Amino acid sequence: MDPTILAAATINGLLLGGMYTLVASGLTLIYGVLHIINFAHGSMLMLAMFGVFYLLTKFGVDPYLAMVVMVPVMYVFGYALYKGVIGKLSNGKDENILLITLGLSILIENVALMLFKGDSRTISVSYSDRMIELGPTLVPLPKLISFAVALALCAALGLFMQRTDLGRAIRAVAKERVGARLVGIDVDRIFAISYGIGLATLGAAACLLMPIFYVSPTIGHVFVLVAFTVVVLGGMGSFLGAVVGGMIVGLTESFGGLYLGESLGQIGISLIFILILLLRPSGLFGARQ
Amino acid sequence: MMLQVTGLTKIFGGLRAVDNASLGVDEGRIVALIGPNGAGKTTLFACIAGFLPLNAGRVEFLGRDITGLPVHEIARAGMVRTFQITQPFAKLTVHENIAVGAYQKFSNRAQAWAHAQAIAEQVGMAHMLAQPASELTVAGRKRLELARALATSPRLLLLDEVMAGLNPSEILEIIAIIRQIRDNGVTVLLIEHVMHAVMSLSDHIHVLSYGKIIAEGSPQQVVSNQAVVEAYLGRGSTANDAEADAAAGATHA
Amino acid sequence: MTSTLKPVPWALHLTVLAIAVVFPFVFPSSFMVNFGVMALFYAFIGQSWNISGGFAGQLSFGHVAFFGVGAYASTIMQLRFGWSPWLGLPVSALAGALVGGVIAVLSFRAGLKGSYFALITLAFAEVLRIVTNSVSFTGGGLGLLIPMKASATNFQFAERIGFYFVILMLAALSVALAEWLRRSRFGAQLAAIRENEDSAKALGINVFREKVKVMLISGAISGMGGCFFAQYFLYIDPLVVFGVDKSVEMLLVSMIGGAGTVYGPLVGALLLASISDITRVLTQVQGLSLVLYGSLLVVIIAYLPNGLIDLFKRRRKPAGGQA
Repeated sequence: MDPTILAAATINGLLLGGMYTLVASGLTLIYGVLHIINFAHGSMLMLAMFGVFYLLTKFGVDPYLAMVVMVPVMYVFGYALYKGVIGKLSNGKDENILLITLGLSILIENVALMLFKGDSRTISVSYSDRMIELGPTLVPLPKLISFAVALALCAALGLFMQRTDLGRAIRAVAKERVGARLVGIDVDRIFAISYGIGLATLGAAACLLMPIFYVSPTIGHVFVLVAFTVVVLGGMGSFLGAVVGGMIVGLTESFGGLYLGESLGQIGISLIFILILLLRPSGLFGARQ
Repeated sequence: MMLQVTGLTKIFGGLRAVDNASLGVDEGRIVALIGPNGAGKTTLFACIAGFLPLNAGRVEFLGRDITGLPVHEIARAGMVRTFQITQPFAKLTVHENIAVGAYQKFSNRAQAWAHAQAIAEQVGMAHMLAQPASELTVAGRKRLELARALATSPRLLLLDEVMAGLNPSEILEIIAIIRQIRDNGVTVLLIEHVMHAVMSLSDHIHVLSYGKIIAEGSPQQVVSNQAVVEAYLGRGSTANDAEADAAAGATHA
Repeated sequence: MTSTLKPVPWALHLTVLAIAVVFPFVFPSSFMVNFGVMALFYAFIGQSWNISGGFAGQLSFGHVAFFGVGAYASTIMQLRFGWSPWLGLPVSALAGALVGGVIAVLSFRAGLKGSYFALITLAFAEVLRIVTNSVSFTGGGLGLLIPMKASATNFQFAERIGFYFVILMLAALSVALAEWLRRSRFGAQLAAIRENEDSAKALGINVFREKVKVMLISGAISGMGGCFFAQYFLYIDPLVVFGVDKSVEMLLVSMIGGAGTVYGPLVGALLLASISDITRVLTQVQGLSLVLYGSLLVVIIAYLPNGLIDLFKRRRKPAGGQA
């Protein structure tokens, strides 16, 4: 195949991967700390994206600037959701939590369907169509910006986890719940904070995705499987894994579409997911069980 | 020898949980495996019953090499274990729990349930057959573990601390039950910390410390074995005694 | 997730069957008969999920894989090979069982349990959806249309009531199967596996083999559901028969009604079909019924984890009953 096309596919894949990494990092944090498989992750992203959409169309707020609003709002939403619903209702059992987050995702998706109707929406800003030359291809500026910001946010999150007291507390709870409680860490508060951060990343991701994607009430499905694949591939709870996993998944989708066509190309992600679970469920960087 | 364990070694990371352990169990006996906490007793059980892969060694049961066989096959061959931390079928009743064991021997429901009831009577649980297992006390759960395993009509029962958490009268009851089980033809290998029970029940005792078998013999032999005492009370305790004796002797000389 | 292995009294079975048989004669309107068909349909495919998810404890998010395979297998046999549509039932059962078996062997050999198993079934269903969407043999994204030719020998009925009795028979069979599980050794072993796999193994149960068996059975039932669906609606496409919605509905119906019980799926199906029809009649708002289902699921898991059937049970026992 023409090297230009291959290069374009590679670049596209990596840029896409950056997005997936950001979406997945919230999921991997939530799993790593709370051991919850947050099935509602996709529908939360969808909600956030609608938020960005309306911020632009109703209030004229640029999607990238909207991060200032979306991130704290999603954080608070996540914190409250944990305290009010998930923490209280799951009765501790692993499978119950999965079912509850499934229930939530159904609920959220269909409330959105009721409110916003089923059509897709896209946004366009002044720089939507500006192209930047990157090697042999032309890349839309928003994609590039989104990629750069996504990686910067992942790095920031990583630093936060490593360098701050709160980050250390979160990592302690993730590693050893009982021990953390014994040294005086308020574990339940850490759970709520972690869930909040997990959703806050979605707030940021929504701002970065809206300029290059579309939103409709059902896109949650799409992102859930992708996010899970990234997390499982990279290893539940591992940030480095989310980065590497995101890139691999992005490239797979890009090359899948290239070689197998629009429709069949989507199969790559599901196949990766299946293969990882069958062969190496702990993922590339996850803790060996 | 009904059960012959030879040179069994189990390594976790850098830790030798079980180190070249060998032991034998004669048919129709009650044999005890004792040792200080952390000695590796439950790990040894898990290896023998097929729950953990061995790093080295061999397990022979009824003349057959069962090393590495899957758990359920070993259970079907007649070796059934109970768990130190009880694992009841929580949402099933006591009767149903025991019936699962009974279904090993009887595929007919009526027969399995009748057998389960008989076993329940044997271990003194007949009055709680309809109770959900999740509502049992610790003592009840221990008894349920025992009953469930017994219902499979095993040749060899591996009992892991079945008396832990029981009060003295419950312990006496269990001792009688275990004796009766043996008298009915089931061989018993038990891990136990309740010393007087071990002494009164066992025909033969193996002692495990830091993963190694350090002694074996009749209860009397084991109790007077210096290495065993040291394992439990710490090295130097017998040496101190000797010094104390010598000093006392010197003083009184 | 469930109650005990207590058999359901025959009187109850006969009563429910009698009501079901009489129903379309008491309420002969097209609307009501359709309601009956849909309720029984969801009870049937819900029971399929219930057998592997409720009885055996293997939570699945991808049951639609067996459903869709059944729908496509029977439809393709009919359209491309001219087989009688009635043969579609055994064909779809086999297809569903085959896929169930393959997924089970792969997943359980790899030791997948709980949430991981749920997610991998989702991925398998997705793969099937994508493949059928992309391949011309299955009609691709356009799906397959079964030509209307109403006649009993063609497994199509001019009068809905024909379909009603077919699905009633299927649903009754699934209830019989569930009842058999309650009374049989196999069912007791599945319950043991659900509650504690290690203990089950220690008592001599070949956990892997039994889990595969239950997925074969569950797959077969879902497959037959797919065949029925195809004959009733005369149109299938990848999104409808492999989309995640059906998986969710199968799960919802069982969990809300009572996973691991014999009539849980029927109770759940009646509720869901009612909600669906009522919301559709009262409002034009899309998605309202699913909002209600989602909320119900959350509420049930939180406060009534044994499902709605528990409400009936609690009324029978005296308050604070002693064992």
